[in-house]
Amino acid sequence: MKIALIYPELLGTYGDYGNALALSQRSTRRGIDVEVMSVAITDELPEADLYLLGGGEDGPQRLAVDLLKKTSLSQRVSKGAHVFAVCAGLQILGNSFSVEGDDAYEGLSLVDVETTRGVVRSVGELFAQVGENKLVGFENHGGVTSLGRGVAPLGNVLHGRGNNGQHDGFVTDRIWATYAHGPVLAMNPWLCDEVITKVTGRTLSPLSTVADQLYAERFTSLSSR
Amino acid sequence: MSNRPSPRGVLALIALRTVNSLSRVTGRGSGTVAGGRVGLAICPKLLSTLSKNREIVLVSATNGKTTTTALSVAGWGMNVATNASGANMPAGHVAALAASKATRVVLETDEAWLPVVIEATNPNVVVLLNLSRDQLDRATEVRAIAERWRSSLSKASNRLVVVANANDPLVVYASEVAETIRWCDIETSWTADAVSCPKCTQSITRSAGTWSCECGFAKPKCTTRVDGNEVRIGDDSVQVELNIPGQFNVGNAAMAATALEVLGTEPSKSLLNMRSVSGIAGRFTIRQWQGRKLHMLLAKNPAGFNALLESLNPGSDDVWIAINARIADGKDPSWLYDVSFEQLQGRKVWCLGDRRLDLATRLDYANVSYEVVDDLNSLPKPTSTTELLANYTAFSDWMQRSSQ
Repeated sequence: MKIALIYPELLGTYGDYGNALALSQRSTRRGIDVEVMSVAITDELPEADLYLLGGGEDGPQRLAVDLLKKTSLSQRVSKGAHVFAVCAGLQILGNSFSVEGDDAYEGLSLVDVETTRGVVRSVGELFAQVGENKLVGFENHGGVTSLGRGVAPLGNVLHGRGNNGQHDGFVTDRIWATYAHGPVLAMNPWLCDEVITKVTGRTLSPLSTVADQLYAERFTSLSSR
Repeated sequence: MSNRPSPRGVLALIALRTVNSLSRVTGRGSGTVAGGRVGLAICPKLLSTLSKNREIVLVSATNGKTTTTALSVAGWGMNVATNASGANMPAGHVAALAASKATRVVLETDEAWLPVVIEATNPNVVVLLNLSRDQLDRATEVRAIAERWRSSLSKASNRLVVVANANDPLVVYASEVAETIRWCDIETSWTADAVSCPKCTQSITRSAGTWSCECGFAKPKCTTRVDGNEVRIGDDSVQVELNIPGQFNVGNAAMAATALEVLGTEPSKSLLNMRSVSGIAGRFTIRQWQGRKLHMLLAKNPAGFNALLESLNPGSDDVWIAINARIADGKDPSWLYDVSFEQLQGRKVWCLGDRRLDLATRLDYANVSYEVVDDLNSLPKPTSTTELLANYTAFSDWMQRSSQ
């Protein structure tokens, strides 16, 4: 599995390297070969099975989207590559987002969603029902994201804000996006394994690590609120 | 006449001193901030009044401001008024100035409050060390802070001298508008928050000891330099021997000495005086706990943590790391993934603090062996001094638990 971590210098504000690390460790420990490529802003976009987009501040987020528009990311996704995006990365994938002020900035339009500026920032722990599972994480963003017709949310918010207090992120055939930033895949081993399974098509053997205990601890803490 | 407090100011000072002594007597604190708050409420101009006819140095940064403040105070080598560690907002400044008649003043200043404090105190020197990500859940993102510093420094009085780290593009961006600047070439390994240019957002190019952007924004020419333990300020060259560890502290000392040189103290003298600093509010000190010797190291954010990890002896010392995520720490421990714990591979880390499982998960993914300590009594007998790295409230917990 080839993983490309896109512009960590722009989209890496909240420990976003943690997602690449969790994916690669949980694959390697099951005997799956993984190559993680860190894509610098001066690099060509490499071919990869999975592209990771992290969180970033306003200026860097705009630079990242300007650079990505000039790459083959959209074509690669339409040909079968996957994307896992968090926070600013989530916003970039949509038609538009607004950061400083209320001016809309054009996104990559990979998914029919729009992000406007919320009245207050959404900061705190995020807890969401995702299919049969629950996702734990931390969010810190100023956006309110509305999904176009037919776009499915990744999950329903149980605690926190996500897109709008009701839904968090979105999911398509090959794209996952969530407001739970940084190391969300490190904290949610089940989601990390779901992504690996989908991208590689392999059935994964069970893997027990200390991340299970961390997940259980956050799960218990968030369930009681 | 102008430096005499107004009647309202006198009332504010009396109220402030009363609350300070009450707070000390009742044991509710070291008696600084509470009094300062009362004083400021009665007379908002109190900080400005108390600053008159004094020589004032302000020190601000994400990392190293407490240490650099202590180095500046020691380096000046005479009666200096300064604020207690942590009391680095106006209430703490008022309390420090009210408690001392010293005409020389060094104030550690919170990054977000710096513009307000510059306006109120009209300082002679402002020392700006660095800006990096820290507690993003409750603090402003770092670029916004750089922008506010810049706007403040562009309006400051022309007696102000800014002593600034030329290796941090965010600090350079904030400082370059000032009338008089002393640029310092000090080791700055954390660059992740200034990869794109603060002026034009293009990427900054870095090569051996310098940096620049296509738009023309580039590292300025420096008059203070550090090479190993040698500090050069203008034509002076001094070999520094500090009693606190880490190359980053040689850089902090060089910047403190530059500030003091502006105010007339020779670097050879100030840097010698700085040897008296051996621990600041417990940082870098050795403490005793259950027959163990703990080397107390405070690290609050990725830049600080990486700098400390690089300064650890590669020897066989035990490494304990304590992580909390309470309000004062920032409630989001995601930053653990911005720390290069990979450099601890081959060593074993004992994971402590409220968020020990977040730390253990991070170490596991970094292939560092670890042990999660749920019961402090289960910790192994030490073979040598234990390196204890802790973030803010975890550090306080261990200061309380241990003794001198």
